[in-house]
Amino acid sequence: MLDNWQFIAIFVLFAPLIPGAAIGANWLLSPKKPNRIKQETYECGVEAVGSSWIQFKVQYYIYALVFVVFDIEAVFLFPIAAAYGLLGAFAVVEIVLFVLILVAALAYTWGDGSLEWV
Amino acid sequence: MSEITINSYVILSTILFVIGALGVLLRRNAIIVFMSIEMMLNAANLLFVAFSRHLGNLDGQVLVFFVITVAAAEVAVGLALIVAIFRTKKSIDIDTLNLMKG
Amino acid sequence: MDFQPPIINLLIVAPLLITMGAGLFLMLLNIFCKRDGVYYWLTLAAIAAALVQNVAMWGHEYGTFIARGSYPMVVSDNFSVFLNSILLLSGIGTLLISRNYLHRTKLERPEFYMLMLFSLSGMMMMGMANDLILVFVALELLSIPLYIMAGLAVSRDDSKESAMKYFLLGAFSSGIFVYGIALIYGATGATALPAVYAVLEAGSPLAMAGTAFLMVGFAFKIGAVPFHMWTPDVYEGAPTVVTAFMSVGAKVAGFAALLRVFTVALPAMSDAWMGALALIAALTLIIGNVVALMQTNIKRMLGYSSIAHAGYLLIGVAAAGQHSEAVGSVLLYMLAYLFTTMGAFGVVIALEHKLGEGIMLEDYKGLAKRNPWLSAAMLVFMLSLTGVPPTGGFSGKFYIFRSAVEANLWWLAIIAIMTSVVSGYYYLRVVFYMYMFDGDRTEPVYAGTALKTGLLIALVGTLWLGFFPAGWFELAYKAVIGTTQLLAGG
Repeated sequence: MLDNWQFIAIFVLFAPLIPGAAIGANWLLSPKKPNRIKQETYECGVEAVGSSWIQFKVQYYIYALVFVVFDIEAVFLFPIAAAYGLLGAFAVVEIVLFVLILVAALAYTWGDGSLEWV
Repeated sequence: MSEITINSYVILSTILFVIGALGVLLRRNAIIVFMSIEMMLNAANLLFVAFSRHLGNLDGQVLVFFVITVAAAEVAVGLALIVAIFRTKKSIDIDTLNLMKG
Repeated sequence: MDFQPPIINLLIVAPLLITMGAGLFLMLLNIFCKRDGVYYWLTLAAIAAALVQNVAMWGHEYGTFIARGSYPMVVSDNFSVFLNSILLLSGIGTLLISRNYLHRTKLERPEFYMLMLFSLSGMMMMGMANDLILVFVALELLSIPLYIMAGLAVSRDDSKESAMKYFLLGAFSSGIFVYGIALIYGATGATALPAVYAVLEAGSPLAMAGTAFLMVGFAFKIGAVPFHMWTPDVYEGAPTVVTAFMSVGAKVAGFAALLRVFTVALPAMSDAWMGALALIAALTLIIGNVVALMQTNIKRMLGYSSIAHAGYLLIGVAAAGQHSEAVGSVLLYMLAYLFTTMGAFGVVIALEHKLGEGIMLEDYKGLAKRNPWLSAAMLVFMLSLTGVPPTGGFSGKFYIFRSAVEANLWWLAIIAIMTSVVSGYYYLRVVFYMYMFDGDRTEPVYAGTALKTGLLIALVGTLWLGFFPAGWFELAYKAVIGTTQLLAGG
């Protein structure tokens, strides 16, 4: 019988192996015929112009920040969803209130013009 | 070799917490300081979950939810401040925050 | 498994609901209405309504709001009613002294009022929270809006710098605080304060470490040495109205939670934390008062002065384990601190003719000739901060020192008295500049109706507490004895 530490050792050994194997197999099997167009960052679509290390519009960050907050708030919805059958009407009221508060925040960001893409 | 006990988790979380705290105190890049703070919070989260399992009591896991969301709110404010500072200073080195002293 | 919906009694959190609801309402209103005056009056009305509701709750036991297991998460008792009144008054004071300032510095935006309402809600939650989870959430609810408010003057580097410093150290201290909660939870398996009290055994190493972490987290928030480094910078860089708000609100809220957590949940550890707090108090008193001597910027000086006052308050907390009137004396001191500090910042704001200008000690030269009423008010506030009778500051210090002596903290009382004498130098220097020098300043002094009202309230409060402290102390003491487990020995 293995003890927990041995499980961890096995995990540490095998965890890098699996993605490594996938990438390695890809590298071994794929044909290699490089040319200039294939080495572009994006092989199809609009050609990339200039460096990507430029200062982005601040709007971009605001978008990202708003996303982070709303994304994480969803964590409170999961427990409710998981235990929904047990909770009944009480939980519905609670979660609707919670979502309404989030909606108020969203409405504020909207009214503020932070969601306009410029 | 012994069983993994609660002690292992406490030690791991202490190590993470110390790395985080040292990062805050020693590093000068605001983003890295910030990541170190997140590490401290997550060290606490690990401890909550470990104790919750050890004690057979769900309170700890509930607390983790709150810590995660509050950390997200902190991230939003912190990153916004970093962006605002970067726009004038062109640097996020916290040693350049030296207008006020004494 | 059957789920029982918790019993919810909204009446208990009515003041909180009013301020939070008003904050949310203003957020929605912002979509349609951009006129600043509307926000000012609505915020004032909301805080006043919350204050009335709060005062009406004095002396009543309303049971609990949301009981988890057998312990309430939020309690409303006389202790929290007393503290919430102080906090709401600080909100009203901030609004009154900010009216003209925000306008002339072009800082007035709806966001200021929303953030203030949210922060105020967090502050009130600090004193009502009866569960470590909620203390943490309240702490963040009070801090995060304050970080943004400190950086309200986005175009100024010092404001942004102060916001960044406040944020980094604030987040760092919350990290420490959460870790402390985790350790306490590990030691007891509980987060409700009475449950922690019921289970906790003295000498458990986990709980000992947890107590230490909680103490460090609180020390950061209240600006106690050696975790005070952020205070002067943040106070100097933030817009003065925000400085006024956080110097009273954040500190009072920090002490509220500190008192409740340490006296309700951790009396088993009292030997350890009383000694540590006494030591921190002594360091805070000495360093706060001595460094304040060298300041030439009045906001920075008030920053160090607020550190020093945290020291006086900590004496009361350190004595709380042994002397039952100590907590009452802390509450009385907070009330005096509220009126005096708000008043002093009101005068600073009146003189700050442009954002960040007119806040040096030099600018106070000859103020007595230019504006005798304003300088007379400043005189009273400075005397009160020093602790000269008959002002509120004296009454506060008197009761604090008395409880220190009765708790056998003689050495601490002696340090406190000596540092009070030292503090006279830098407070009275302001008075000296106002009355003894001829100034050549010609900048206008901005004392509008709102600011005058605020100053008048502060003045009346300071003097009332100075002349008739006994009645107020009795009230403060009642706030403590009406509260479960907030007395010496639990």
